[in-house]
Amino acid sequence: MATPNLGIKEHSHGGGLPVSKLDVHGSFDPNDFPKPTGREEEWRFTPLRRLRGLHDGRNIADGVVKVEMSAPEGVTVETVGRDDERLARSFLPTDRVSALAYQSFTEAVVVTVGKDTRADEPVFIRVTGTEQGDAYGHVLVRAEQFSSATVVLEYAGTSIYADNVEFVVDDGARLDVVSLQDWDRDSVHVSHQYTKVGRDAHYRSVVITLGGDLVRLSPKVGYTGPGGNAELYGLYFTGAGQHHEHRSLVDHNVSHTRSRVDYKGALSGEDAHSVWIGDVIIGEDTKGTDSYENNRNLVLTDGARVDSVPNLEIFSGEVEGAGHASTSGRLDDIHLFYLQSRGIPADEARRLVIRGFFAEIINRIEVPELRQRITDEVEEKLAFHD
Amino acid sequence: MTTFEIRGLRADVIISEDERKEILKGVDLTINSGETHAIMGPNGSGKSTLAYAVAGHPRYEITEGEVLLDGENVLEMEVDERARAGLFLAMQYPIEVPGVSMSNFLRSAVTAVRGEAPKLRAFSKELQEAMKAMAFDSSFAARGVNEGFSGGEKKRHEILQLELLKPKVAILDETDSGLDVDALKIVSEGINRAKEANGMGVMLITHYTRILNYVKPDFVHVFAGGRVAESGGPELAETLEAEGYERFVKVGA
Ligand SMILES: Nc1ncnc2c1ncn2[C@@H]1O[C@H](COP(=O)(O)OP(=O)(O)OP(=O)(O)O)[C@@H](O)[C@H]1O
Ligand SMILES: [Mg+2]
Repeated sequence: MATPNLGIKEHSHGGGLPVSKLDVHGSFDPNDFPKPTGREEEWRFTPLRRLRGLHDGRNIADGVVKVEMSAPEGVTVETVGRDDERLARSFLPTDRVSALAYQSFTEAVVVTVGKDTRADEPVFIRVTGTEQGDAYGHVLVRAEQFSSATVVLEYAGTSIYADNVEFVVDDGARLDVVSLQDWDRDSVHVSHQYTKVGRDAHYRSVVITLGGDLVRLSPKVGYTGPGGNAELYGLYFTGAGQHHEHRSLVDHNVSHTRSRVDYKGALSGEDAHSVWIGDVIIGEDTKGTDSYENNRNLVLTDGARVDSVPNLEIFSGEVEGAGHASTSGRLDDIHLFYLQSRGIPADEARRLVIRGFFAEIINRIEVPELRQRITDEVEEKLAFHD
Repeated sequence: MTTFEIRGLRADVIISEDERKEILKGVDLTINSGETHAIMGPNGSGKSTLAYAVAGHPRYEITEGEVLLDGENVLEMEVDERARAGLFLAMQYPIEVPGVSMSNFLRSAVTAVRGEAPKLRAFSKELQEAMKAMAFDSSFAARGVNEGFSGGEKKRHEILQLELLKPKVAILDETDSGLDVDALKIVSEGINRAKEANGMGVMLITHYTRILNYVKPDFVHVFAGGRVAESGGPELAETLEAEGYERFVKVGA
């Protein structure tokens, strides 16, 4: 799937820039982070102007968002004030927007999956922007020992939104997260998802980004015990003029931990821009890390731009497996030929191949109605593209 | 009664944007419905090129000649139109299409070729039977098209499609290679059923007489140097098996 000369800029390697270790350079004080100029490694792909002030600390908080929640038995959902002492124990903001968001939210959502609870229905948290303007949020999800649950985070409507989401997966617990960025076309969203994976715990995230003018989402995973497993999946469909940026960081700071990162995107239309940064750190003196990351991009039209940067930093000699792959290209005309040679018309063949490209990620969502909705929305965007 | 005619066909393989190479150098061949024509010839003589060029593969370009299906100019049709007009190519190396499930693919193909969506229940029964006939476990239906299939499974999948799509003319490019004896039998039976069901004409490209014991050819052609170098009856296959292509390679070179 490699077709050159598409005006795609692709970076196969990170160029040896050191990755900052999780928690090391974090701070709750926005002033500890200089205002980005766009020249910094972590900001150079983001069109700062289109952040609409989220990074400059101007926060007027004139936006309005509605937050709705629902949860099955065994799971408690609360709305709490800034002073709730459970908040912000699992992370330190790693950039200015994250610190500003933490400084600026008024109410947080706390989801607790009780010890040993097996929640059979998903927890839903829906954030809907109802009035354009900057707005801030905070969510803490804690899956206590040996519990298991699915949490669906849904963002929609119109907003200039920054938030921090904490996922704490205690020992032996399993947490499935679906984060759906389904904003109106004029929205801006900068989000940090900080995850701590406990001993023998399993965290699985599926990030789906379809909407917005600019979405920049940074999932950061660290481990608090051996045997932890983190799977990060992502799908984005970036249309004309949209900027979708995903920056994952997995810090294998503990021995015998596993991670998989697999993000897939399609781009269609003039100035569609997607960015994927996949940082993996294998910490000093750790053993038995098993990690693999992959990013694939399907460029459907001219005028789109892909940046894809896997970045693997290994500080330990005893690694079980570590690798990465990154590909970007057009639809494979040989795939289309095969389908067409069986009578399937060209446009349907394209849809089948693109659907197939995404199916792998969508099928990982274990909430059927969500799977269907996302499939439909992808189809809708595709129809638009045709 | 169907007539499939290839007349004076010349074609290039497109190597890169500005590099091409002529492979077919004037191919003439006529296949009537119900007839089976075996095409035998040395490696690299252009047999697959002929098959792909006729099907409309994007890496080949026809520079001269005609391909007619009942008088209709196939070369003016899109790839999918050719298939819907009744042409089928079983590929030497079937293509893997990741993420597109076999069942989805087959339903789309059948819908396109038959011109209407088959009734869900009837189709799932038809598919089950066709899969069973080609010795596919039902679990294959959910797998990606040819994704991770073994060589033999890919070939059986081609013939499974042949049976579902019921073409007027089928080009089978080395469908027999890489098959064990059991699979060869299964595949041959599939081809023969398709022939009987709708009087399909067959262009059977092969290196070996082995499959010709199951699928009986009416004509045998030697393909060398990008054209049909000699034609005869079934006995020509025996001669070729005994003597090889040496004589033709010299002519072609
Ligand atoms: N991309 C390419 N670049 C250069 N030459 C090519 C390319 N593709 C095909 N060819 C050449 O075209 C010629 C015909 O190939 P073709 O596959 O049609 O032969 P064949 O008769 O089917 O051989 P086989 O019996 O091995 O299947 C060969 O010499 C092959 O090397
Ligand atoms: Mg060949």
